[in-house]
Amino acid sequence: MRDSAPRIGVVTFPGSNDDRDATWALRALGADPVPVWHADPALPDLAAVVLPGGFSYGDYLRCGAIARFSPAMEAVRAFAAEGGLVLGICNGFQILCEAGLLPGVLRPNVSLSFVCHDVRLTVERSDTPFTARCGTGQQLTIPVKHGEGCWFAPDELLDELTARRQIVLRYAEPCNGSVGDVAGVVNEDGNVMGLMPHPEHAVDPLLGSADGALVLASLVDTARDRVLASAAA
Amino acid sequence: MRATVLVRPKQGILDPQGEAVETSLRQLGFAIGGARVGRVVDLELEGDDPAAVRAELERMCEQLLANPLIESYEIELPTP
Repeated sequence: MRDSAPRIGVVTFPGSNDDRDATWALRALGADPVPVWHADPALPDLAAVVLPGGFSYGDYLRCGAIARFSPAMEAVRAFAAEGGLVLGICNGFQILCEAGLLPGVLRPNVSLSFVCHDVRLTVERSDTPFTARCGTGQQLTIPVKHGEGCWFAPDELLDELTARRQIVLRYAEPCNGSVGDVAGVVNEDGNVMGLMPHPEHAVDPLLGSADGALVLASLVDTARDRVLASAAA
Repeated sequence: MRATVLVRPKQGILDPQGEAVETSLRQLGFAIGGARVGRVVDLELEGDDPAAVRAELERMCEQLLANPLIESYEIELPTP
């Protein structure tokens, strides 16, 4: 069924290190992953884009602060503005926040320690392109590995985001000091999401959990539906 | 013209790095009431008009050097 495999771009920045895992996981879940280089000023024909984890540009200044100026990010910004699906994982989440495509910012963990272990997450809403295979309230086990995953938004912004249901995932127990234990957020239009945990590291029971596949397969489903819908139109 | 930009964690924003420094200084026997850790950016700029340079620095801070959600900044220009 390769013909129905949606093309999903995976952007590699200098310092990305989960791009190949994301590529592997997307392919395993029925997508046709397409590598995108950070210096590419235009995206090929894609149904979705994944910004993978890593330490783009050495995390200099602030995590994600430099990557957002890369040519590929300008193209991703335009892609998102037209309603394109964009998922940022870990460093990808940090980049999307710094780029202003997602609300809030990721700060050093309150403990100042790098966290690297499985966490339990609660799915706050399942009516997004990224969580459609989950149930609302469902708990997922997915690993985190980050030093700067403490999501922060001022009180008034957090209230707005909560009212607009933009909080998609929360840690079931405190993980890094994030306000409201927020682990993943979506933009107002619902086509851009970021999360600190790594679904691409949890797509096979051999890896300890396959719950990450629910997130990535939701994206693959939505991307495929969109391709089929536009082909039928 | 040389300029210095000081970027600080905003007031009220938790600064775990500052807290770690504070704890360590106390362990060294220093009596301190608090520590906050920010960032210093020294810049060499074209142009001699302080007002124009300051305006340009403000744009740099807004666009890159500071994240307005969590950081405040202060621009220091040489006194004429």
